[in-house]
Order: sequence, then C-alpha cells, then structure tokens
Amino acid sequence: MSALPAFAAIQVGDRLPPLTKAAVSRVQLALYAGASGDHNPIHLDDERAKAVKLPGVIAHGMLTMAFLGQLVASWVPLTQVRSLGGRFAAMVRPGDVVACTGTVAAKTSAAGENRLTIDITAETAAGEKAVIGQAVVAVR
Amino acid sequence: MLDKSYIGKTYPRFVFEVEKGRIRQFADAIGDPDPIYRDVAVARAAGYRTVPAPPTFAFVAVMDSDQMFMPLRELGVDMTRTLHGEQWFDYGAPIYAGDLLSGETRIVDIYDKKGGALEFIVLETALTNQTGERAATMRGIVVVRN
Repeated sequence: MSALPAFAAIQVGDRLPPLTKAAVSRVQLALYAGASGDHNPIHLDDERAKAVKLPGVIAHGMLTMAFLGQLVASWVPLTQVRSLGGRFAAMVRPGDVVACTGTVAAKTSAAGENRLTIDITAETAAGEKAVIGQAVVAVR
Repeated sequence: MLDKSYIGKTYPRFVFEVEKGRIRQFADAIGDPDPIYRDVAVARAAGYRTVPAPPTFAFVAVMDSDQMFMPLRELGVDMTRTLHGEQWFDYGAPIYAGDLLSGETRIVDIYDKKGGALEFIVLETALTNQTGERAATMRGIVVVRN
C-alpha cells in the first residue's frame, strides 16, 4: 500500500495513485461470474447477448466497480472505507483496458472522524467513462 | 409495464457465509494481487482480524443468494434484458472471512422513462454480521430494456 498522507496534508484536487487494469478477457468474465454468483448469460454467451441487441458479451458492471474498489483500497485500509458506489455509464467489453482514477473532491468531518469524498472513475482506453462514482473514506 | 404494487416488498431473510476461499477467488477474478485477500498472516500484519473482503465483495452476498434475479423473476423480467444501472455501498463493520452475514432485500422503487422503453427497479439489501453489527447497506438500480 502506498503511504497515505495525513488528513491535514491532503488537498481537494489531490489524485489517488491511478490503477490501470489488464485488458478484460472472456476468461475473466467467466471467473467473475463464478466468484460473484452473477451468471447472467449476457456476460458469458455471445449469442444470448446479441439476441438482446448487445454487441456481444459485456463485462459485469460490478467487475468494473471492483476495479474502483481496488483503487480505493490500495490507498486506504479497508476498515476506513465508509462508502463506495457509482453509476454504470458505458459498457466494457472483452479486450477493453480500464483505467481507474480518483480525485479528492471534499474534506469533511462526520461521526467524529475526518473524511474525504473521492470522485472515482473507470474509463476505457477509448475514453468512455464506464463507471462514474464516489467513495468516502476516513483519514486520520 | 412492471407491477408497481411490488414497491415496498421485503423478501425473506437470507444467510451468506463468507468463505476464505471465496474471497481469494473473487480477488483472483478481479485481478487484485493484494496478499491480504489470500494470507491470514499478511492480513493480520496489516492490522486486520483475519482475511478481509474487498470493498465490493458484499455484493456477492446479494448475487449468490439470488437477491437480484429472484425479484426480477417475480416481476416477470428476463435477466438478459437487464443492465446494472447503479450500485452503492454504505459500510459498517468490516467483512471478514468466516463471517456469517444475514441479509434482507427490499424493492425500494419501480419507475419508468422514455414512455416505458426503460424501466427501473431499485433494490436495497442490508447485511448484518454474526454479532448483530450492520456490515453493509447496498442500493442498486436494475435497468430493464423493453
């Protein structure tokens, strides 16, 4: 884990160490289906995906959100992550390389602790924002 | 059109056991090499009680317990016509290998856009751990492409 600065040293606009993932593969979608319990055929079967007018299998949105979880948990301990989530704004397909970034959007205080609101984004190499989200973390 | 009388429906409580191997399998699948998800000694040295679950792992309790597709089936929705619209996690106690999570899912809202071409189902699942602490509250939006 990279060193997390103290709350006082963190400024709005600071960026988290970025995370670029290996290209999403069909094998990964199968592994994620098994690991997550999400066996929706649109992630596994091209014919079923095309039958509902998708371009072919698409990645689970939650796989891409898990990349954002990795981004945040690489910066702060898991026990300091208060919330995380986002909107699925574009599809990720096999072969896509997803880059995850985070920017400190606000410094707040709640429940007796210092907190950071972080804007988090997962973007494909084509420049499409696949997940647009936010995380809140506690920082000492 | 989806039957809006399902808004407010709460499903029977389910139990999900957080298996250590499942956390490793999940970390492998998402390509997260952090050894805290694989090795109890490393996790303890990093300050965790034992192997912790990655941030979005709580959603495995939802999917593995059929808490998303079961409400969809009841509503007559073909899962291949759905997309995940949004997902939000609000965390309480950290989730660890060995935890026995108890959950409850509720249909929070059902609405449509574009004259019914797109319908939205908002689902919320609350997870409590074996000591009665709130572990996570999850709110998701499923988009139905009609």
